[in-house]
Amino acid sequence: MARPTQAVEHLLRRAGFGVTPEEAERFSRYTYPMAVAALTEYDPEESDAVDSKIESDPSRYVRVAVRGQFSPNQVINDARQRWLFRMVHSPAPLQERMALIWHHHFATAYTKIQGVVGTTDATRMMAAKPSEDPGRARGQLELFRQYALGNFRELLVEVAKDPAMLVWLDGDQNFKEKPQENFGRELMELFTFGVEHYVETDVYAAARVFTGWNRARIGVNGAASAYYAFNYNAARHDTNAKDFSFPIYPNGSKRIEARSAATGMQDGLDLINALAIHPETAKRLARRLWTWFVSEVDQPDEDFVRNISDVYLKNDTNMKPVVRAVLFSPQFLASDRPYQRYSWPVEFVVRTMKEVGYVGFSVDTAMTPLLNMGQQLFEPPDVNGWELGPGWFSTGGMLARMNFAATLATNQRVALRDKARVARTTPEDLLSFVLESLSMPEPTGDPRNALLDYVRAGGTWTGSDTQLLNKTGGLVHLLTGSGSYQLV
Amino acid sequence: MKVTRRDFIRGGVAAFTVSFGAPAFLSDLARAQGASRRNLVVLYLSGGNDALSTLIPYGDSFYYSRRPTIAVPSTSVLQVGTDSSGKLLGLHPRLTGLKQIFDAGHLALIQRTGYPNSSRSHFLGTDIWSTADPANASGAGWLGRYLDSLPSPVDPLAGWCTTREVPHSLVGNRVSVPAIQSPQGYAFQTPNPGTANEATYARTAMTKIASHLPPDAPHLSFVNGTTQAALATLDRVASVANYNGTVTYQNDGLSQAFRAVAGAMVRGIGTKVFWVTTGGYDTHATQNTNAANAGYANLMGTINTALLTFYNDLRNQGLLQDTLIVQFSEFGRRISENGSSGTDHGAAGLMMMMGGGVRGGLFGTAANLNPFSGNPTLENNGGDVTYDSDFRSVYAQVIDNWLGANSLSILGGNYRKPSLSVL
Repeated sequence: MARPTQAVEHLLRRAGFGVTPEEAERFSRYTYPMAVAALTEYDPEESDAVDSKIESDPSRYVRVAVRGQFSPNQVINDARQRWLFRMVHSPAPLQERMALIWHHHFATAYTKIQGVVGTTDATRMMAAKPSEDPGRARGQLELFRQYALGNFRELLVEVAKDPAMLVWLDGDQNFKEKPQENFGRELMELFTFGVEHYVETDVYAAARVFTGWNRARIGVNGAASAYYAFNYNAARHDTNAKDFSFPIYPNGSKRIEARSAATGMQDGLDLINALAIHPETAKRLARRLWTWFVSEVDQPDEDFVRNISDVYLKNDTNMKPVVRAVLFSPQFLASDRPYQRYSWPVEFVVRTMKEVGYVGFSVDTAMTPLLNMGQQLFEPPDVNGWELGPGWFSTGGMLARMNFAATLATNQRVALRDKARVARTTPEDLLSFVLESLSMPEPTGDPRNALLDYVRAGGTWTGSDTQLLNKTGGLVHLLTGSGSYQLV
Repeated sequence: MKVTRRDFIRGGVAAFTVSFGAPAFLSDLARAQGASRRNLVVLYLSGGNDALSTLIPYGDSFYYSRRPTIAVPSTSVLQVGTDSSGKLLGLHPRLTGLKQIFDAGHLALIQRTGYPNSSRSHFLGTDIWSTADPANASGAGWLGRYLDSLPSPVDPLAGWCTTREVPHSLVGNRVSVPAIQSPQGYAFQTPNPGTANEATYARTAMTKIASHLPPDAPHLSFVNGTTQAALATLDRVASVANYNGTVTYQNDGLSQAFRAVAGAMVRGIGTKVFWVTTGGYDTHATQNTNAANAGYANLMGTINTALLTFYNDLRNQGLLQDTLIVQFSEFGRRISENGSSGTDHGAAGLMMMMGGGVRGGLFGTAANLNPFSGNPTLENNGGDVTYDSDFRSVYAQVIDNWLGANSLSILGGNYRKPSLSVL
């Protein structure tokens, strides 16, 4: 089987979700710059259309569980299934990866939203596709997809107005009489420049800035098309001046002057703009990109942070040149980088399906394992997102990974046996064959011996169909459940 | 600004993976290390508990004037008497079980716990409470440092967190604590379930693969070390799965976590430190302190039921004297309610200690909620409650008087406070 170059496989593991046999074939013809371009230059309509393939052809696509009616715009578990399906099949894997990254960065959890607006509206707020929603409502995930490689400042504005965020951080209850600090604080602490760059009075001022950034029901009440949307509530906006400890305007002024209620929404846009172009935001974003793409463990390289934050500021906060710069950076491409990054549970699950096979498998089977691995989509633990890196690898999390590998291998064992018949001659042949489709380092020494001992255990190797059935699936389980496979 | 295990992987990962012996040996080790039979259970109320709604200063008129919609009426509180400053105090009306335990002398309420320049950030605040180090909240956790201080090799089940992620408090330099949310699901599956031998071969192979700890591949060593710890503890954890208790535990996550903890104690698997988290305390809006069945009232109802069930089960099992429960949260909340009938991030909070060895009662003094200039019990222009007991003084008691270790070395300073004699 043709494989891409090592650098391209590294790229596909970290900027995509692993490598299907078809992708291996296609990307084997690409140079590294061509491969980066293939990831960054995508057609959003083409990737969006992938969702329409759900349950269309079980011989080609991973399945979903349909309970009565599949309702990904109204039922959160179906929305999770649809997203996993998209991750497996999207022709634009970097778009999905960035959407997942923004979901982590602007971490919003369904449960709280559901508690306020109910299951249907909460799912719409999290995941509705406008083209399929009776009121053309746009879920937060669609926002993250739209801005996957878009402009970060504009994304911040959209997030500040996003109905799910307005519920999640209580912005919809932020009124001039008694401002609500939740969103203003997290905007500075987590979404932009970080906890060390503001003082407590900035939190109070930011809360006042966003007074009146509320939520309203649009449409006929009771109609299926009615939905929640952002609403600037001028009467509840604090029109007084707001003072900050950092510059808001290019002239260095730290004050947002008093404005009329009618024009008061500009306060928030001014503050977001100031935060988006603040050099410390550029640096923090660069450090976070280091974490997301390069290493969650090593301290960010200073040259990397300088370079990436420069690209961010010089490109008017547009993310596409920033992400390209990350993927072309010497730090990302260093020869000792591959297999040193801890894969996220969602990455692990999607990559395993792409590399092992998924025909006849349902993404629904991954729901409980993902929960046990510590990453349920649309349910980050708090506004700081998931605990990345070694944090995923508790004993329970690792067991869940091994057990998911076992579940998938069980499901695929007949197909694996059939494919493996060409490699039935010796245990060594079988091991090499299984490794060919997995994007992982070749085991050597004791682990390799343990794998071969496993194939031989239970009787003389004859390569019978029964042996192939047990041992091919068994090897897939041991390899994809092993420590090496967790690192990308 | 959330710092956890990742910091310990750099350069020194092999430290995590010290000497996992054979399971039989580990059981002996567990028995030896668990000889004192003393258990510590930490309960974390995640989100910043509104201490003024848990232990209510119902005689303070400013409590009512500053919280016009969310204050608990004085007629509803469960009165627990007055503290040493003469403040009238009462528990939230849903805490009827805690009131029983208080009356039995097994519940200590430690008011106004905190530290200087309290962080209003969830994440920095949690890191500070986890490390017991406001100046540098990025090191190992205080309980991790305690487990590190145990004689090597440390049993991989010395600690058990019932959360999916290992909390920063339990992150050590040498010891890796397992996260076991449910003992029921804690088993090793194989793709060939019909053939028992295949399952054995698979487990043997996975154990051998995980025993590979190349020093030049610290990340792989770390993951493999975790796998080893999982495989080495499976069978002991499985023995807890069918524990149902002498009292029926409710089905919510918190009660079920306490059921697992009680099971581990009763089965004697050797764990010394348990961790339990319950969330929902970030009550910025619609706090519903007085609701019949919503918001903060439900939060109180949930911990009340879970703690009372656990307490009764421990008592029936004869484990009450050997168990200490310590409760904390990352901060208290703003005194005045906000415009959305909730409360924003504040400063000092309430800690509770519960168990057969606890000297029950009210510790520390309540704040005077009158925001006059110079009020020594308030900070932030009268907005927040200021601390009078450093939380590290509570930790020091736990370390010195319960765990039998030395708080001076584990906390890196002398935080002993003789007037705070809870244990």
